[in-house]
Formats: sequence, structure tokens, C-alpha cells
Amino acid sequence: MSEPDFLAASCPIPLDEYPTVQLAHGGGGRFSHRLISDMFLTAFGNPVLDLLHDGAVLEVEGGRIAFSTDSFVVKPMFFPGGNIGSLAVHGTLNDVAMCGAHPLVLSAGFILEEGLPMEDLWAVVESMGRAAEAAGVPIVTGDTKVVDRGSGDGIYVNTSGIGVIPEGIDISPVRARPGDKIIVSGQVAVHGIAIMSVREGLEFETALESDTADLSPLVARVLDSCGDGVHVLRDPTRGGVASALNEIATSAGVGVLLDERAVPLGDEVRGACEILGFDPLYVANEGKVLVFVAPQCADEALRAVRSHPLGEDAAVIGEVVDEHPGRIDMRSRVGGIRVVDMLSGEQLPRIC
Amino acid sequence: MKYIDEYRDEAEAKRYLSAIAATVTKSWNLMEICGGQTHTVVKAGIHEMLPDQVTLVHGPGCPVCVTPLELIDKALAIAARPEVVFASFGDMIRVPGSKQDLLTVKAAGGDVRVVYSPLDAVKIAVANPGRQVVFFAVGFETTAPANAMAVLWARDLGLDNFSILSSHVLVPPAMEAILGSPDNLVQGFLAAGHVCAVMGYWEYEPIAAKYKVPIVVTGFEPLDLLQGMMMTLAALEQGRHGVENQYSRAVTRDGNKGAQEMISRVFQVQDRAWRGIGEIPQSGLGLRDEFEAFDAERRFDVEGISAEESPECIAGEILRGLKKPHECSAFGTRCTPDRPLGAPMVSSEGACAAYYQYGRAG
Repeated sequence: MSEPDFLAASCPIPLDEYPTVQLAHGGGGRFSHRLISDMFLTAFGNPVLDLLHDGAVLEVEGGRIAFSTDSFVVKPMFFPGGNIGSLAVHGTLNDVAMCGAHPLVLSAGFILEEGLPMEDLWAVVESMGRAAEAAGVPIVTGDTKVVDRGSGDGIYVNTSGIGVIPEGIDISPVRARPGDKIIVSGQVAVHGIAIMSVREGLEFETALESDTADLSPLVARVLDSCGDGVHVLRDPTRGGVASALNEIATSAGVGVLLDERAVPLGDEVRGACEILGFDPLYVANEGKVLVFVAPQCADEALRAVRSHPLGEDAAVIGEVVDEHPGRIDMRSRVGGIRVVDMLSGEQLPRIC
Repeated sequence: MKYIDEYRDEAEAKRYLSAIAATVTKSWNLMEICGGQTHTVVKAGIHEMLPDQVTLVHGPGCPVCVTPLELIDKALAIAARPEVVFASFGDMIRVPGSKQDLLTVKAAGGDVRVVYSPLDAVKIAVANPGRQVVFFAVGFETTAPANAMAVLWARDLGLDNFSILSSHVLVPPAMEAILGSPDNLVQGFLAAGHVCAVMGYWEYEPIAAKYKVPIVVTGFEPLDLLQGMMMTLAALEQGRHGVENQYSRAVTRDGNKGAQEMISRVFQVQDRAWRGIGEIPQSGLGLRDEFEAFDAERRFDVEGISAEESPECIAGEILRGLKKPHECSAFGTRCTPDRPLGAPMVSSEGACAAYYQYGRAG
């Protein structure tokens, strides 16, 4: 008997809708989600992957490890506050940290386009080296491929990371439970707007810099002070806070109630969002974490986050509720209630 | 944030809501004309906070929604041509034509670009002399001045590789079409503040007199809308009609004369088909004959393309305020922002998308 052939029978994504891949399939919203659940989970599904956490949590002899991978295609490759290299290191360190793990090692894979200036490559690589060194996490293996001019976009970077999960820590999206307070570690939407400000055709003047940063020390502080009281950690990258909360609410089968006035938002980001017509809840972050924490630990967790320089503007933005499982509601500034849905399509193409 | 926060104040909103509740003695149907206003209403949850007697009917003021299917098919045909750079406002990119949308054309190799201003499309034409740059010039009176400016600029630069696919529509004829329709439900209007910032509000005075309705020029922040509703409801309760101006921080009776002159230099008023509504006489703007060289429909010979709507989509009834989005049998099931059957589900200003995105709590 031959192996089951999942994909040959019929493509699970309706071909009459989009017979080709659209940019929105990588946007972190509903299109991405459907691609992952309908295609990748159909082909690869297993109990570890099915959780759709930022990384995989694996039982090994003597403990648990976290394993995560991420690819970076941000355009432009250099942007205010960082570049594709530092972003690639921080992104994977953060994905490992979101499993409650201390990152141990990283890998780096490069896809380079013929004609990329060596000077640009060096700037990227050098900043990756510095970011990894600052985190104390070495890049221990790697790979390089070069493609024909026109077949890539200068440089794409993939990083993977492994970390160790301390005993007594259990972070998983399914652990969100009614009563949990939701903390965001600082002002939202900074990375996405900083990238927009330098994108071709949209340039606008701002002093904003990307918030790209290694969150693992901040996460370690929260875990040290609240331990098992921390239920879920998530860095709201593509698709922003709204998409991350929708994913968690769906995984855990709970509802979320947000307070719009509590969401930390800088004036520059707000202004840019008002002008460009973006909702900051859907704009990407690269140095922020959402912490779901048991109500009795909420004050202590908030203190721990705020004690770290990356968490000075942290705030409790909402809580987990019994009602409307899988849906995020938000109390608006004027006191009305609205739904904060998963992003459809894309707001910003290729921001990480 | 200055000029924003003071219009989103919860205590003030409560004050207006109690004033509205104290004013209304019977049921009233108000229409907010502009899709931007619909968006604020639903996003701030205002429709859920109003007294039951006040029904908001969401008007046709979403340019993306009322652009005829036929014109979208023409846009798709032009955008697919290898020599063309097709520039558009972001919202139009996902509007479905008969078979596909601009995103699909882009994924198949078409050069489709999102711009924030038609002047950026002119810059693309200057930078790419070997390519034909076409701007999808949709919108109400608000976007017309910049589109006119783009055409004038292209002419002054002597560009022979820039053209616009024009689908401009005008608010006052649409209001008359709604008020003159035998099944009309609308008793008072919140007029679109941004349109009036350009055109002024003198055009609405004869409409208010002819149909004996109150029309209040209204802004876009939550408190603007609540105050506009309060003014309209007070007029209705007192049996008054006429035009009032809530949005006086941006709108004068005469509007922006310079912008109006720019529009009339480049465009002329003509009959126009509205998606879901049908043809409304003298309700659109087309390029004047002296600018026909900048008319993409002529340049690319797409005048023969015609199209038919999905029979299931009730966009027409939605846009005329006869039905609410959730009264459509396809709403949220066969028609979602991912797979829209009709334009009101695509644009963030469309009533269906606003309900889907923000309004399912109710």
C-alpha cells in the first residue's frame, strides 16, 4: 500500500479564488492563517505543530527545549533602528523566548542575489554578529546560496534557534484562561510605521525607529517573578496585536476584552496611522511582547516588565473572558464596543 | 493628540447620547452619506449606543463601492498589459471585477502599484518614459481636485505616457436619487464633511427645500457624528428643514474656490452609472474634450468591455439604505472580506466590511 497522498487529490485552498500565491498569504492575517491551516497543517500536521505557537516545545531527556525558525525578507533591508540582519537575530531569539525558553544557539541561512554589494552584505552580517553577541547566543551553523540577478531581492535571511525551558514554566497559547490579564510591554505599531516611513513611494518624515530588540532578558524577568502564573507569551509581529490575540483566543477557546484607551500608542505612530488609514492594532511590532498572566500575579508581572528598559511603557490592555470564545472585543474611546477581527488581506506588505 | 482626542472624549459622548435620548419622541431614519462616517460609527460602536428609535442608514458615499463593475473590468484589462504601470489607491486593489481583482493581475506579472496621491503616479510616468502609466481616478468631489491637478501637471510636462481611468461621482445627485425614489426611508442626512470642504454646502440648500429634509454637514470623529445626529434629530423633532453646518472648523458655505476651479477646468459633469444603484443623470465627472489624450479608456480601447453583477449581491439595496449588511443571505458566509461578492465588503469604508470587521458584537 502506498503512502497517503494529501495534496494530489485536491488542493484544499479553493483554486477558483486565488490560483496563485498573493502577498497577503504572507501578511500574518487571515490569508496566512488559512494557508497554514489548510495547506501546511494538512501536509505536516502533528501534535507539536498543531499548537501553532511561535516555536515548538519538545520533551527531551532531562527537560524541554524550544525550537523555532523564521525567515526575513524586509524591504528596504536597511531601515531606521536596524536592518534585516539584526531583525533576523532578534526575531528568532524572541520566538524562542515566547516559548518560555532561554535561547542557547542560533543558525543563519542566507539567500543572496547576484550583484548585491559586498559592503551591504557586510553591514548586515556585522550587525547580526553584534546582535547575537549582545544576547550571548552564538550563531553556530549556517548556509549560503546565491541566486541569479532578478531572482531575489538583494538578501533574504533565515534564522533558527534552540532554547532550554526552565522547570516549572509552562507557556502555551492554550493556557489562556478567563480572568487572565493581558500586558503589552510598550508602545505598539512602531516597527511597521518606521518601515513605512522609508518605503519607496510613501516616504514621510519621522524620527521613529524600529523597535527591533531582543526580548529574552525581559521575558526572563517576568518568568523569574511570576513563574507558572505566566500563561501565554506572544510577540505580536506581522498582523500586529490584533492578529496575535485572535490566534490565542482561537487556540484557547476564550474571548478577550480590550480597552482601547489603555493601549500604549506614541503620538507619531498615531498621527501616521490616522493619515495613512491604518489601525495600529494591525501594524507589526518587533520588540514587544504580550503577556497573559493569572490575575493574582498581574501587578507583579507588570512591575517586572516595567523594570526592564524595553518595558517602561508597559500597560494592562485587557483581559480574558468567558464570553464570545475566539473573538476579541474592544471598548472604544467613546465607550462603544467593537469587534477586533483578524486582519483580512494585508495592511503593509513585507515588513519583517 | 491635538485635534483628535478632544473629538473622542467619552464624557462628552455620553452627554450627546443623553441629549439625543431626551430629544427623540418617535422613530427616525438618518443617513450618513460618507463611508468614512460609517466606518467611524461602527468602529466606535456608536450605532449600538443610540436609542432604539434612531436608525442609521449607511449611504452610498464609498467611492470604491459605487465604481461600476464594468470599469473595474476595464482597469483589469489595462493593468494586465505589459507596457502599463497601473497606479491606484490601495482600496481599489482588492475590489473584485467579474473574474479577478488587481491583486490577481499583480500576482500574474502585472505592474500594479499603490500610491497615496495621483501626483505620485505622474512622478512614476516621468521616471519611466518607456512605460504607460495609468492612474485609477476614483472618488467623490474630495479626490477630484488632486486628480485634476495630476492631469494638468502631466499636460504641462508634455507627458504622452500618463492617463487616468476616471470614475468620479458627485454627492448631490445621489442624494436626490435617494430622496426621489418611491421606497425611500431616509428622513434626514448627515452630509459628508470632506466633500463639503471642497464644494461648500450651497448645493444642498435647494435639495433640503425641495424634499423638506434637514441636512447637516458633519465631520468624521465620533463627537462630530454625535453632534451632527443631535442637530438633525432636533430639526426633525421640531419639523424644521434646511442645511446646517456641524463641521464649521473645516467647511464654509462656498467651499474651496480654487479646488472647484481646478475641477471644472479639467472635468465636465456627465451621466454616470453607480454600482448597485444604476445610472444617475449628471452625477459624475468625465474629462473635458481638450484632455481626451489623458483618457485611459480611449488610449487603450477598452470601451467595448461590459459586465454583469453577481446575482446574490444586494449591494444596491445596501447602498440605498433599504437593507442592512447582515440582512444579506451571503453576509459573513459566502461573502467576507477575504472573498467579497461585492464592493461594500472590500473597502474599509464599505458598509458590509465595516459591519463584518467591527460590528458583529451585536
